[in-house]
Amino acid sequence: MTQKNNSKNPLHGLWALTNRELKKWYKNPYLFILSIIQPLIWMGLFGRAMNISAIFSQNPITIQPIPGIDPSVIDRINQAILNASTQIMEKTFGTSDYFSYMSVGIISFVTLFTAMFSGMSIVWDRRLGFLNKVLSTPVARGSILMSKVFNAVIRSIIQAAIVLGFAFALGLTVGPDFTVFNLLGVFAAVFLIGMGLSSIFIAIAIRSTRWETQMAVMNLLNLPLLFASNALFPTDLMPAWLQPFTKINPITYSTDATRQLILYTINTQQLMFDFLFLGVFAAVFSTMGIVLSWRHLSR
Amino acid sequence: MTSDALTVNGLTKVFNKNLVAVDHVSFNVKEGEIFGFLGPNGAGKTTTINMLITVLKPNEGNATVCGFDIAKQPSEVRSCIGVVPQEYTADEDLTGLENIILCADLYGIPREVSKKRAEELLELVEMTKFKDKQVATYSGGMRRRLELACGLINRPHVFFLDEPTLGLDVQTRIATWNYIKLLKKEYSMTIFMTTHYLEEADMLCDRVAIIDHGKIITVGAPEELKEALGGDIMTLSIKDGTIDISPVIQKVTRVKEVKKQDGSYRIKLEDGEETAPTIIDAVRAAGHNVTRLSLTKPTLDEVYLEYTGRSLREEEESRDAMFRQRVTMHRAREGGH
Repeated sequence: MTQKNNSKNPLHGLWALTNRELKKWYKNPYLFILSIIQPLIWMGLFGRAMNISAIFSQNPITIQPIPGIDPSVIDRINQAILNASTQIMEKTFGTSDYFSYMSVGIISFVTLFTAMFSGMSIVWDRRLGFLNKVLSTPVARGSILMSKVFNAVIRSIIQAAIVLGFAFALGLTVGPDFTVFNLLGVFAAVFLIGMGLSSIFIAIAIRSTRWETQMAVMNLLNLPLLFASNALFPTDLMPAWLQPFTKINPITYSTDATRQLILYTINTQQLMFDFLFLGVFAAVFSTMGIVLSWRHLSR
Repeated sequence: MTSDALTVNGLTKVFNKNLVAVDHVSFNVKEGEIFGFLGPNGAGKTTTINMLITVLKPNEGNATVCGFDIAKQPSEVRSCIGVVPQEYTADEDLTGLENIILCADLYGIPREVSKKRAEELLELVEMTKFKDKQVATYSGGMRRRLELACGLINRPHVFFLDEPTLGLDVQTRIATWNYIKLLKKEYSMTIFMTTHYLEEADMLCDRVAIIDHGKIITVGAPEELKEALGGDIMTLSIKDGTIDISPVIQKVTRVKEVKKQDGSYRIKLEDGEETAPTIIDAVRAAGHNVTRLSLTKPTLDEVYLEYTGRSLREEEESRDAMFRQRVTMHRAREGGH
């Protein structure tokens, strides 16, 4: 009859549930390709279409010859203006190439969107009755939530790798401190930001039975989170009232960490702070999610 | 462990502070029994099952499953039960086998054990041929069989079936009953099931409880409940419709009640098959010829209607439950795509 073969490992079932979610993704070629094409389109559109570098390089401001001044002086002034425009780019974006700046920002963007949809899947599991079935098994309540979190995190890391691969192919210029090992740091940042963000979205969805509500929450949060960060534009240049939001927006920190690792000369102190912030963010919200799942998964 | 697989005492669930879905329900299910919860939609059947499988928390009362308290020892309860929900919960994107293995993993069953059991269960429900096909391609009956197999992967002591044949056609429904009987025989477990199909309860259950508006109205074996209605019904006509021979019939032993209606007699009697000839003899002896005769055994339908009334119901179910039921019916009927 009832056999004592059930393992006492509290993590049992966690991987099974995570793998179920991942299988839905990688076993469905259309979904898989679409979810990879989407960030690439964003990268191509934003990174290449919003060609901020071209503002300076294609519309050079030049001083016309002035009678009485030596033309060679004018040439030198024109050269200086050109150099200044490169400096403006570097001062603003940390790199003279907006495409590089932008394509690294896309990594955070991809993670944000993947995290948002992980909240949707728990709503569907509840509506289709799958959640009740899982709840009737001895699997740890926290594992049910964490499987969705890990699914989002693993998807984000794979998408980030693909985005980066394409960015390199399309001419991303790496910074002086870049080595292949920095990529591990990039994935660590994606892991932490993905963990925190998806915990938030799943926690919001944990009692919800309406996917409409979840969609509304997603629409409300996604653009503000994205634009009030440094993913697309430097926060220093944003208005003063917006700055405090950018300072608490975790996307600012994950983007800064990935830019430091790939594009910039690494500021160790700043990088450490980025990871500290992301680590605390991930720990706080995943713990909150687990506690909520103990309390609210069963009603 | 007690000899009862399930003991339920005053179990109560109130939704949104005022909707009493289950109202102080008490009953026991004996070891090895098939116990049916019979009632109309929205009577509280699924809510009761959800409390017993530890998915819903009761507001009042308590219950034990396999001797474990559902509120205090939920993990122990979960390990000893198997559940087949009303909905088709198998993941459509995975294959049948992958779904069973997923269930096994949720119970922490080691892979070498679960693989063997999965094959064995698939064989029993005759799904071996389709095990590597995506569930999205399955018919309603196949999905139901897969759910049965998934629910048994941990060799449960008590098996919960919520509306096991909802939305299935008659052939598939009968086939599903046979699978349930077969599995019960193979694994000798206690089964608790809900249904609103009367013939299902009559066919499968050792005992049924009729539940309505969250309360248990009566409990007993289907036969007992039918007999409690007052036995069999015989209708009889004689050639001469103008005279009343009720007193003659009434004198026959085991006749309980005689009514003359529109020229025929409606007789309530015990042991219909044996009493009927005696009645005919008595009528003949009184000098009349029987022209027409019918004997009906009471069905569970009549028991059910006797207790739950005949009026149509305004359904009061949650939006969520209605949605799930619609999905289930739809999937059951689409028969593979």
